[in-house]
Amino acid sequence: MTEDVDRNRRHFLAVATAVTGGAGIAMVAIPFLASLKPSARAQAQGAPVEVPIGSLEPGEMIRIVWRGKLVFVLRRSEEMLERLSATTEFLRDPDSEEVEQQPEYAVNQHRSVKPEFLVLEAACTHLGCIPLSQFDVSPAENWFGGFYCPCHGSRFDLAGRVYKGVPAPTNLRVPPYRFLQNDVILIGIDNTGAA
Amino acid sequence: MARIESEVGTPQGGFMKWIDDRFPFTATMKYHVTEYYASKNFNFWYVFGVLSMFVLVMQFISGIFLTMNYKPDAAEAFASVEYIMRDVEWGWLIRYMHSTGASFMFIVVFLHMFRAMLYGSYRKPRELLWIIGMMIFFALMAEAFAGYLLPWGQMSYWGAQVIISLFGAIPFIGDALVEIIRGDYSISDITLNRFFALHVIVIPLALIALVFVHIVALHEVGSSNPDGIEIKNKKGPDGIPLDGVAFHPYHTAKDLVAIIIFLMFFSAVMFFAPDLGGYFLEHANFEPANMQVTPEHIAPIWYFTPFYAILRAVPNKLWGTILFAAAVMLPIFLPWLDRSRVSSIRYRGWIYKMALTLFVVSFISLGWLGMQPAEQIYVVWARIFAVMYFAFFLLMPYYTAIDKTKPVPDRVVYHG
Repeated sequence: MTEDVDRNRRHFLAVATAVTGGAGIAMVAIPFLASLKPSARAQAQGAPVEVPIGSLEPGEMIRIVWRGKLVFVLRRSEEMLERLSATTEFLRDPDSEEVEQQPEYAVNQHRSVKPEFLVLEAACTHLGCIPLSQFDVSPAENWFGGFYCPCHGSRFDLAGRVYKGVPAPTNLRVPPYRFLQNDVILIGIDNTGAA
Repeated sequence: MARIESEVGTPQGGFMKWIDDRFPFTATMKYHVTEYYASKNFNFWYVFGVLSMFVLVMQFISGIFLTMNYKPDAAEAFASVEYIMRDVEWGWLIRYMHSTGASFMFIVVFLHMFRAMLYGSYRKPRELLWIIGMMIFFALMAEAFAGYLLPWGQMSYWGAQVIISLFGAIPFIGDALVEIIRGDYSISDITLNRFFALHVIVIPLALIALVFVHIVALHEVGSSNPDGIEIKNKKGPDGIPLDGVAFHPYHTAKDLVAIIIFLMFFSAVMFFAPDLGGYFLEHANFEPANMQVTPEHIAPIWYFTPFYAILRAVPNKLWGTILFAAAVMLPIFLPWLDRSRVSSIRYRGWIYKMALTLFVVSFISLGWLGMQPAEQIYVVWARIFAVMYFAFFLLMPYYTAIDKTKPVPDRVVYHG
């Protein structure tokens, strides 16, 4: 009996069974893994939000919630915008070269569509704590105003650009947004589509 | 019919024979309990395995009863924990038993692991036993982390935010992975719901399976002992190790005493200081989760702080995450890092004794530093101790090889 065994055939059948079974398991795994992604409801609740910014005074910041995340909208004064040049040498990515951290239209010194209005996700790029706003200046510490993360000491300037030598690896993220009117912005969607 | 009855139905060895013909009950009891021989010179350090099993059972029971009143819903979770504390009869006791139990689990497991480092319990042929044990440790960390989100307090939320963000540091897949862990764009009701499933079903099942194979592996290779020698090498004419005594009744009787003493400490904390001054239950967690306000000072619960301090000591997210993971995983490799001729600290030279002391100092110091704010002086110290921590493991092949050792006895000995 054992002499009659066709080992090649047996090997082929074993491999074929394993491959077919493996493919089946992989296919069945897809629905289970996909169920872990944000659901339709979570996506719907992450819809874009309209923010009226007409009443913002220069130097004033509001906090709004988009996708369960806090977003800062800061109206920078002329003087604050001037400070952006002072920080350049202390920054890790002053020219916003890290593409994932902002839409294309925010790749500029002020990291925004209109220079005075800054829109930032209020999540430190280190481990997600909310940075504190500290707009005062103390040149002795090379600090020209910006955001400070209390969790692990990361520092960002008034355009959310990260300082060198802090744990946060990248600039604060700019969410996609566009101006609906001069004094209303829509966060979560831009001219290229939703985030 | 009559013939079948005469074959298997006649009670000839009593009830136990009936069982044993169908299930190896007596044989299993003998193999694992009444005729499992462990060294007769076990000391204090050898009670923590049994104690960790005891705490695990306590956590299962108290946890099951908590699920009967807890609601895994972001709108209701915090209130349902308060409901358990105030309105459910004895709910406060069950909840404090569970929260205190989590901390005590890590105390006994850390001591259990330290025992292995003292007496070389991880060395050949117990490498796999040690690896399974490390997997239990990882599962416990995951279980504790998932469980910490459930009360939905401020520290639950922000602690989870910080730790989940760590996965975002993984190149390429990081962001997608974080989204799959949370199931949302931020930590939300969806995250809470799935952490509940992980905490009460997935990880406990994995823990039961891992503890089972840990014990099967232990009973295959046999327990180690404070002399780090194999008692199986010296057997009597009956085939029983000369230095071994049966697990039951000898070791169980001793373990019962350990359990009673353990319960004294446990009860003292549970009844009189369940938050242990903010170490066992962090005060920020008495406030409901608020995604708009980060607590002034985020610190994980004490058993994660040594690793957290290492994470914070690195001024680079990716490397911080890598070193954090390395610090947790490095002990896996102890069986191969240790090149000493002897297993037990009793016969090792001064170099290993000093290295182990420095390791303990660095681990405890990192644990303390991990609770402090992220100020420069603490970060500098965390770096120094992190270097010590890693040096203990990475230089081990060198210093254990050159360390002078004492001769090892043939048979186990008693000390004091």
